[in-house]
Amino acid sequence: MSKALLEVSGLCMRFGGLLAVNNVSLSVHEKEIVSVIGPNGAGKTTVFNCISGFYAPTQGTILFDGEEVQGMKGHKISRKGMVRTFQHVRLFKEMTVIENLLVAQHRQLNTNLLAGFFKTPSYRRAEREAMERAAYWLKKVNLLEFANREAGNLAYGQQRRLEIARCMVTQPRLLMLDEPAAGLNPNETKELDELICYLRDEHDVSVLLIEHDMSLVMGISDSIVVINQGTPLASGTPAEIRDNPDVIKAYLGEA
Amino acid sequence: MLEQLLYFVQQLLNGLTIGSTYALIAIGYTMVYGIIGMINFAHGEIYMIGTYVTFIVIAGLAYMGLESLPLVFTAALLVSMAVAASYGFAIERVAYRPLRGQTRLLALISAIGMSIFLQNFVRLSQGSRDIAMPSLITGGWTFGDPSSFEASLSYMQVIIWVVTLVTMAALTLFITRSKWGRACRACSQDLGMTNLLGINANNVIALTFVVGAALAAVAGLLLGLYYGVVNPYVGFIAGLKAFTAAVLGGIGSIPGAMLGGLLLGVTEAMTSAYFSSEYKDVVAFSLLVLVLLFRPWGLLGKPEVEKI
Amino acid sequence: MKSTFYSALFAAVVTLILTCLMLGVNLKTEGIALTVSMASEGTWSMIIGAVLAVFLFQLFREKLADMINLPSLPSADHFIPEGKKGEKLKQLAISFVIAGMIIWPFFASRGAVDLATLTLIYIMLGLGLNIVVGLAGLLDLGYVAFYAVGAYTYALLSLYYDVSFWVALPICGALAALFGFLLGFPVLRLRGDYLAIVTLGFGEIIRILLNNWTEVTGGPNGISRIPKPDLFGLEFSRRASEGATTFHDFMGISYNSSHKVIFLYLLAVLLVIVTIYVINRLTRMPIGRAWEALREDDIACRSLGLNPTVIKLTAFTMGASFAGFAGCFFASRQGFISPESFVFIESAIILAIVVLGGMGSQLGVILAAIVLTVLPELAREFQEYRMLMFGLLMVFMMAWRPQGLVPMKRPHLELKTNE
Repeated sequence: MSKALLEVSGLCMRFGGLLAVNNVSLSVHEKEIVSVIGPNGAGKTTVFNCISGFYAPTQGTILFDGEEVQGMKGHKISRKGMVRTFQHVRLFKEMTVIENLLVAQHRQLNTNLLAGFFKTPSYRRAEREAMERAAYWLKKVNLLEFANREAGNLAYGQQRRLEIARCMVTQPRLLMLDEPAAGLNPNETKELDELICYLRDEHDVSVLLIEHDMSLVMGISDSIVVINQGTPLASGTPAEIRDNPDVIKAYLGEA
Repeated sequence: MLEQLLYFVQQLLNGLTIGSTYALIAIGYTMVYGIIGMINFAHGEIYMIGTYVTFIVIAGLAYMGLESLPLVFTAALLVSMAVAASYGFAIERVAYRPLRGQTRLLALISAIGMSIFLQNFVRLSQGSRDIAMPSLITGGWTFGDPSSFEASLSYMQVIIWVVTLVTMAALTLFITRSKWGRACRACSQDLGMTNLLGINANNVIALTFVVGAALAAVAGLLLGLYYGVVNPYVGFIAGLKAFTAAVLGGIGSIPGAMLGGLLLGVTEAMTSAYFSSEYKDVVAFSLLVLVLLFRPWGLLGKPEVEKI
Repeated sequence: MKSTFYSALFAAVVTLILTCLMLGVNLKTEGIALTVSMASEGTWSMIIGAVLAVFLFQLFREKLADMINLPSLPSADHFIPEGKKGEKLKQLAISFVIAGMIIWPFFASRGAVDLATLTLIYIMLGLGLNIVVGLAGLLDLGYVAFYAVGAYTYALLSLYYDVSFWVALPICGALAALFGFLLGFPVLRLRGDYLAIVTLGFGEIIRILLNNWTEVTGGPNGISRIPKPDLFGLEFSRRASEGATTFHDFMGISYNSSHKVIFLYLLAVLLVIVTIYVINRLTRMPIGRAWEALREDDIACRSLGLNPTVIKLTAFTMGASFAGFAGCFFASRQGFISPESFVFIESAIILAIVVLGGMGSQLGVILAAIVLTVLPELAREFQEYRMLMFGLLMVFMMAWRPQGLVPMKRPHLELKTNE
């Protein structure tokens, strides 16, 4: 088994008296799609927040590509190649679609002020490359025609796709998607399915996603982790999870 | 040795006196911030108006020949509280309510504008010079040897303590026991939800401003009698210090405002006595900066978790 | 109907309570006694009038609202055509304005040019604060501190080290930027209004220090005899100091005090033009985009690898440096500075310029600076009421037109598609 890209062990998160995450462990390998499921309020987004550095976990280790990142600040972890989306779309609504993608490439651009003032060749090259990369991804998610439209004016499904494109522009190794299919119709969900698989196959990206849409989850995942009330319940292949009696009980209640 | 101890005790007494008035003003800040998350920049000006009204009432009653101390004191208290409460109510209604849903910056600008407006309103109507009043309540107890250092505890100081304590007690009773007080507490936890449950948030917010203003007026009266002087600009510094006290104790927490006020008062008195009185204002601001940097939720508050 | 009556009555009673004592009675200290007297008849009729007006307004509010619709200012879009033609038009307009600004002082009165120079200083301050508040969305209530740093730096450098204006100018900007960095570093992670209060506190601390550190800053007396800037070594004084030539001697013309005034004005114009150009460039660079993104969504920025603190610090430091430049110029123009010029109300005025102009919009800030500097001069008789009106304006503008005179219209980076 290849070394895991992301290795989470014994993750705990406590808010005052509330233990929101209790000893969660999971791992994501190269080119793997792992789904995290569980009833609402189970602490899934909290797990995401801990992994991506928005919360400092109370306990546990998080290894990204062999390096310990627990407690590191969110922006530092992003730079290591881990990006995430949010439950509620967080686009820069008053900026255009293309500008959203340019901001995401801030790190790759030449941010030297003097270079920018005098429009040096290296500055212009960096900007051009960023534009090209942005255009490439817009084409991939079918949003090229909206490039100069304000991001807030896009339809919900388009905004979701833009959010993913924005993540991809940063050339990540791990993509963390928080309920990407929420609010999408079956057609859009199918497109999302294809997009995620495409990202995995063609761009060597691993995906960790939180989802409630079972058909998407069962169809796309290499492995599934079930969390209930912050505590890990089960993990395994889709087939194993589907037939697991504890999982069924958690979702549907006692028979 | 005794001399130094007495000196220290004197500073402590002075500090507690000023501190309790800071606490009264701070409560107004903390209540408003706790419910609608805005810093009422004009709150200091209400305190200033409270002092002016106190002077007016006392001078007016003296003019009419009424000089009995309990009568004058009570009348000044009631009238200044009423006038200040009206100001608090009007300010909220006219300047802040239209901005209720907007970004913080807009409300802050409006509050600053209101503060400037009130300062100049008073300056134009009452003049920009100091207005002084001869002390009404003089005398007190002294300890120590007249030849070295005498610590004194004036009657006025004791009155300040007593009035402040009574006011705080009344406020605490109101907040914890009464129907309206419960509504205030509910609003400070979740404004939207409280509204949905049928409690008119507008009325609760108006009440918060009114109560805060009334308390500031009490502080205005007490400090007016203590210092015996007022001008249109005293509100600015007092307001900043009271805000510091509120933050120090934990913004949104009423016991925090009380604690913060006392701590600030004592720190200021000590700095003024042992270091330099010119820099005592710097102490307040520095304390504010330090608290916000290292413990922004204050002494009695709880760290807020960012909800993502 | 009945409830309207009672609410109107209530409003009128509140108005009466607000005014009858604070306006209607005058306090005066006579000797050691405190006296009260009724205010003048004029004041009392004002009070009665106000109470009546409030009563009637509340009574007929709905009917009035139907009749009068507060006019909303048209957005600038109506006037400016889009696209290429708009660009050409804009360039032409700007050239005209600049040419006009350079020629005008030779025909205008000395007082007018002086006022214009003051306005230009406020424009520069407004543009600088605009970076912090308008572009990066940081509430700074202590901007005047950086202004003071710039002014006092030049004053002290020229006093103790005989540094000329031109050498001091970049130093002032750099030192102000350093102060901005030192203050910003610990403070910028604070939430909105806390940041505002802390910066206000910092501004006050600086002022108190300037007022009390008499050995260095001169305390309340300030520093005087600060030299004016020179033009390549030529001084604009009646008589040259040692080893220098005066401007009028060099040009072979007679001394005229208006030379100095015009020179200062033109210098201010130059500084402002440079400021505008620099800020324009910044908004089109990655940092400008980062400021905007950060203002919109701090969390999304972090998830994309942007470090909010560094981005905010850049804005804060740059804004501070412009205040430093302005302070240096201010000191040299006045010849004398004291802590009195750097009180909180100045920060409030500059903030008002930014907010009333339209946060982020350079044109709006310029317009607002002109309005707030020139208008009080034109209405000299109302000098007393100036601050009162200013406060009222702030409250009113927030309720009526919070987006400012010229709402920010960001330059959008376009993707040129060749399909």
